Amino acid sequence: MPNDIQTSGITDHRLTPSDYADNFSDLHAPLSDHEALVAADRCYFCHDAPCMDACPTTIDIPLFIRQISTGTADSAARTIFNQNIMGGMCARVCPTETLCEEGCVRETAEGKPVLIGQLQRYATDGMMDKPHPFSRAADTGKKVAIVGAGPAGLACAHRLAMNGHAVTIFDARAKGGGLNEFGIAAYKSVDGFAQTEVEWLLSIGGITVKYNSPLGKSLTIDNLKADHDAIFLGIGLGGVNALRSEGEEKNNVLDAVDFIENVRQASDLGTVQIGRDVVVIGGGMTAVDAAVQSKLLGANNVTMVYRRGKDRMSASLFEQELATSKGVRIIYNAAPVRVTGNGAARAVEFAHTQDVNGKLTNSTEVFMISADQVFKAIGQTLNGAPDGLELDGGKIKVNEFGQTSDAGIWAGGDCATGGDDLTVTAVAEGRDAAEAINKTLTAEG
Amino acid sequence: MADLTTNFIGIKSPNPFWLASAPPTDKEYNVRRAFEAGWGGVVWKTLGEEGPPIVNVNGPRYGAIYGGDRRLIGLNNIELITDRPLQQNLQEIKAVKRDYPNHAMIVSLMVPCEEEAWKAILPVVEETGADGIELNFGCPHGMAERGMGAAVGQVPEYIEMVTRWCKQYSRMPVIVKLTPNITDIRMPAEAAMRGGADAVSLINTINSITSVNLDTFAPEPTIDGWGAHGGYCGPAVKPIALNMVAEIARSEVTADLPISGIGGVSTWRDAAEFMALGAGNVQVCTAAMTYGFKVVQEMISGLSQYMDEHEMTSTSEIIGRAVPNAKDWQDLNLNYIAKAKIDQDACIKCGRCFAACEDTSHQAITMSDDRVFEVQDDECVACNLCVLVCPVENCISMEAQAAGTIDERTGKVVEADYANWTTHPNNPTGAMCNVLPDDD
Repeated sequence: MPNDIQTSGITDHRLTPSDYADNFSDLHAPLSDHEALVAADRCYFCHDAPCMDACPTTIDIPLFIRQISTGTADSAARTIFNQNIMGGMCARVCPTETLCEEGCVRETAEGKPVLIGQLQRYATDGMMDKPHPFSRAADTGKKVAIVGAGPAGLACAHRLAMNGHAVTIFDARAKGGGLNEFGIAAYKSVDGFAQTEVEWLLSIGGITVKYNSPLGKSLTIDNLKADHDAIFLGIGLGGVNALRSEGEEKNNVLDAVDFIENVRQASDLGTVQIGRDVVVIGGGMTAVDAAVQSKLLGANNVTMVYRRGKDRMSASLFEQELATSKGVRIIYNAAPVRVTGNGAARAVEFAHTQDVNGKLTNSTEVFMISADQVFKAIGQTLNGAPDGLELDGGKIKVNEFGQTSDAGIWAGGDCATGGDDLTVTAVAEGRDAAEAINKTLTAEG
Repeated sequence: MADLTTNFIGIKSPNPFWLASAPPTDKEYNVRRAFEAGWGGVVWKTLGEEGPPIVNVNGPRYGAIYGGDRRLIGLNNIELITDRPLQQNLQEIKAVKRDYPNHAMIVSLMVPCEEEAWKAILPVVEETGADGIELNFGCPHGMAERGMGAAVGQVPEYIEMVTRWCKQYSRMPVIVKLTPNITDIRMPAEAAMRGGADAVSLINTINSITSVNLDTFAPEPTIDGWGAHGGYCGPAVKPIALNMVAEIARSEVTADLPISGIGGVSTWRDAAEFMALGAGNVQVCTAAMTYGFKVVQEMISGLSQYMDEHEMTSTSEIIGRAVPNAKDWQDLNLNYIAKAKIDQDACIKCGRCFAACEDTSHQAITMSDDRVFEVQDDECVACNLCVLVCPVENCISMEAQAAGTIDERTGKVVEADYANWTTHPNNPTGAMCNVLPDDD
């Protein structure tokens, strides 16, 4: 008998191939030309627009929407890319409901913001198969090393290349894109968009990427310093926080980020192993991405458990509603006490929590949830940062220009202080660090 | 429900909504369905003289201007008068009128500017039982090049002459349809009146090129690479039409000349506005071409509701009611002082009022760091631009300052008395200014 959603334990092929295709299709279908015009017509072209202020990369949103409405989407794309070279991915993964669309005055007026994210995707998608819109300045003779080919590193590289510097990116993995490629739900970036975007971004020229080159072994900061005029670190957060609960070491208690990566990299989603009963612990975007994709892979019961209340969840309301609409059950105010099972996880015992002025206490009341798989999504930690750099709150400390305590090293993205662990903030930090590096290198003459 | 029955120059119709002479009124099949849909009257598409049928282009006849969401706000056409045989049209008119005796049936006519031509066509039209005729002196394309349509409408002497022939050789009421492609609409209206016209109808379409194709560099609509100007109509022309209707209604000479209002009437409200400015009824074309005959149902229900709400029982209570209030600029009260007022609870903080006032007008709106927009009364001239650009209805309003208060902008006391430019101390021509030069 073939597997289905009720098949016990952990298994594959719970669904039919067409179910997988449907479940993992685009979360928002791209706007058609007409839909884009209708959506663009709703923009009021606000003065000193609140949506722009809400965008970490400060894209001129009213301008690009007006450009769409006058039939010049390529100009709109250029407006976007001027500020955010990964505007294509940000259009897909940004929590717009807490950024630009929250600021939109039509959200204030009617509770229905202009579809800024989808319009941004409309404009930027059109540029992906056209010649790269930017070109390099004359070669400066300066060389910059970037560690990490994620959003921060790529944005930094692109801006440096525009300024005429020679850039080499070192990345530990076999592919670029960072979390865009490995860490975001598949339905937010279909058809290999992350790789398409990386290739498109690199087509400006002047950027060499060395994959399978992790920092630490043969590649050290000292080596890089010897060969380059500046260094940018966009190494992300490589570690995962522990549950610190009894039974955490049991089989099938897994890191959500690894699961998400497996799903993203699977050539056949039917081969991804998923439990009948899945428990996800955490309240951020990673938790939602893991929980929703578990459900989409055919898990029968998916429960997301967060230790605090709904209003404290870092996943936006939109994300929470997306999860529940797909059949994920969200339990608030509960913390794991122990994972039970003989060798492998069978269930998780939770205690109800009370949040008093931000201080959590477990009550003595507990409940059990069956779990073939437990995904931990309670935050990531900095891993493998070079020695000697000053840290702050577990991240590499940077000043307003992205410069670390070492004057020759800049950092940005999730590994550095100051961001919101979003693709869009990583892009902004990479871009701004590039401008700071450029200023430093050109001032040196 | 209010009684919408209208008597226009003796022609009765169930309501004041007539279909204008245009493509929708070209044949029996359409006109019957229009009456069934609720239209009160129809002006049959213009008939020409007996002879070889009119030839139309075989490419696009229409061009359009769009508002948001591809809403058609302006339409341009290069279609000519009916291209069907005269006899066929006459038979159909007769048949429809026989079956719809209580609906208005007007026949639009355009024949060469020769007495014999008019003398020939008038009896055959009268024989159909039609309620009246409308003289097409307005069509701006094609026919005008042949000395008809707007070519007649632009020469008051011709209007007067042809109108006189029509009154002489026919017992039917005569409506003269005016072209807006002139400088002063009162001249052709007065000519029509001198010729004995029972009414004028206006406006016909406006000379227009709707757009240019920037790949082929041809005006649109494009026929095999070339374009010609057409006639513009639809919601976009309404303000021009309203003004022209008002010009005739408030002129002493033509004040009693009945008017059939035409030009962008799309809703009951548009119709009521035309009527308030002096139109006895309205004619509609673009709205029906865009949305179909059914739109008249909204016009009927809307006008009825409005009249009920205002305790009106007859359309005559609307007709002409705004005319006494339509004045020249020099008549306006310069002692009236208003200031913009922003309702902070309704404000959605888009900042358009600020941008408009800052970049266009008087820097009379300030913006705080947290996006609170406030009117500075000492700078506000009450221009109304902020009201118009605000996307929220009633968020910004113009409030009149009470007499006796101080206008912070000028530091002067607001006067209770009416005073206009003609008596203003800054007027170099003094009292002379309010005397307009006579025509003759």
